[in-house]
Order: sequence, then structure tokens, then C-alpha cells
Amino acid sequence: MAVKSTGRGSRAYKPVSMSSKEYQAFAKSREPSRSVWTNCLKAFLVGGIICAIGQGVTQFFVAVFHMTSKEAGNPTVAIMILLAVILTSLGVYDKIAQWAGAGSAVPVTGFANSMCSAAIEHRSEGLVLGVGGNMFKLAGSVIVFGVVAAFVVGIIYWVFGIGAWHDITG
Amino acid sequence: MAYVWAFVVGGAICVVGQLLFDVVKLTPAHTMSLLVVIGAVLDAVGWYDPLVDFAGAGATVPITSFGNALVHGALTELQTDGWIGVITGIFSVTSAGISAAIVFSFLAALVVRPKG
Repeated sequence: MAVKSTGRGSRAYKPVSMSSKEYQAFAKSREPSRSVWTNCLKAFLVGGIICAIGQGVTQFFVAVFHMTSKEAGNPTVAIMILLAVILTSLGVYDKIAQWAGAGSAVPVTGFANSMCSAAIEHRSEGLVLGVGGNMFKLAGSVIVFGVVAAFVVGIIYWVFGIGAWHDITG
Repeated sequence: MAYVWAFVVGGAICVVGQLLFDVVKLTPAHTMSLLVVIGAVLDAVGWYDPLVDFAGAGATVPITSFGNALVHGALTELQTDGWIGVITGIFSVTSAGISAAIVFSFLAALVVRPKG
């Protein structure tokens, strides 16, 4: 991008000592190296712990409200979201996220964190334009693509017959 | 044992996300969108339910379960109500997650002041 804008004969913006490509290579060499393996290990640990906590919540719903473990899935998600919102409000979740990477982003808690932090961040712009308008800034794409994907799947099964789904799901 | 499998499967899904971050160099928004679509496809081919039976919260807590729930709602109402169910049913299962996230986030925004 930068190469184009500087290379088009505008002398005022000519780079002094490095071409844009050289600069990118230089910047890359100075970046702190992040091992993919360490990142994956952190993501595995934190993501695993979050899911294990979720399992605890599921067991609680199964034991106390006599749900099947599948019925307990929805209330579990709601409780995990509540926990994530509380941790985000306390400023703890973002600290975990810096360390854990995808480990705290991939669980629904990360989804809640993105909504909650956007809502808090834009509070000063007002309840409607700030909180209401920005809450789904990051989470919106997840909902859009999930809904479109579900719609496409639904149409496919409508065309080919819903029976096929029950044949495979049993 | 349920906790172990929840930990392992949930952790593994997060590692997939981390690899999409680090190796494929996707942005977090792209990664989450892709994982949701993967969850939807897995439910469409009937693989997500067995995963939930096996891993419990390891499969219901990662964002892939959101795609799974959207497809589940659409297909369940497609069966009971016909074609209109594809539209009316999409959010029928996920209501808990989305409503909770909206309400709690709104309340948090009322109470909490931004840091930094």
C-alpha cells in the first residue's frame, strides 16, 4: 500500500533512506519473536480451563435442575457470559486475553468480552449511539456469518428434505 | 473424566483458533467468523451432537457451538413449521447466549467506567 503512494512521482514523500519493502523487512527483524508453539500451549491451557469451568456449571445444572447435559448447554453459556462480563468489568479479562490469545477469545466468554468492552468503551458517546450502536462492532460479524451459514444449511435441507438430517443425527 | 474431555476438546478448539491467528494470519474477527461457520457446517453434517455428548462443555462453550445452535434451531423449526422455520427458527436455540450477552453488557456499561 505504502509503496504505491510514495512511488507515484510525488517527490515530497520520497523515502529518505529505505524503500518500503526494506523497511518492512527491517521492522520484521526487530519484532519480538513469538513462538507459535508457546502461543498454542497457552491457548490450549486457558481455553481448556474455561471449558472445564463450563463443565462444572453444566454438572451443576444437571445435578440441581435435573437437566440432561444437552439441555444444560444453554444455561451454561449464559452463566459463562455473565462471568466474562464481570471479569471484563473488573478489567481482568483483558489481562488474561493478552496472555492467552485465542484461548480466551474462542470460548463464548471472548464473544461476551468483545461486546462488553465495546459497550463500556463507547458509553461516553451516549446510551443509544455509543452503547447501543457499538456493542456489536466486533461481535456482529460472528452473528452475521453464523446466521447466513445456518440459513444456507436450512435451505439445503429444505430442498433435499429434512429427513436426511435425522438420518445422520439419529 | 467429563472434566478432562471438556478441557482437552475445548483446549484443542482454541488451538485451532490460535493457529488461524498465528499461521494463517487471520484477524480475530475473521477467525471467530470462520469458527462459527465451521460449527454450523459440523452440525449440518451431524458431527456436532456426538461431540457435545463426548466433550460436554468442551464443545458447548467454544464459539463453534454458536454456529451449531443456529443450525439446530433452523433445522428443528424447518421440521415442525416447514420452510418458514428456516427464518423463524435460527435464533430459537441461541436466545440464551445472545440475550445474556446483550443484557449483561448493557448493565456493565451503565455501571463501569472505562479503564485507561
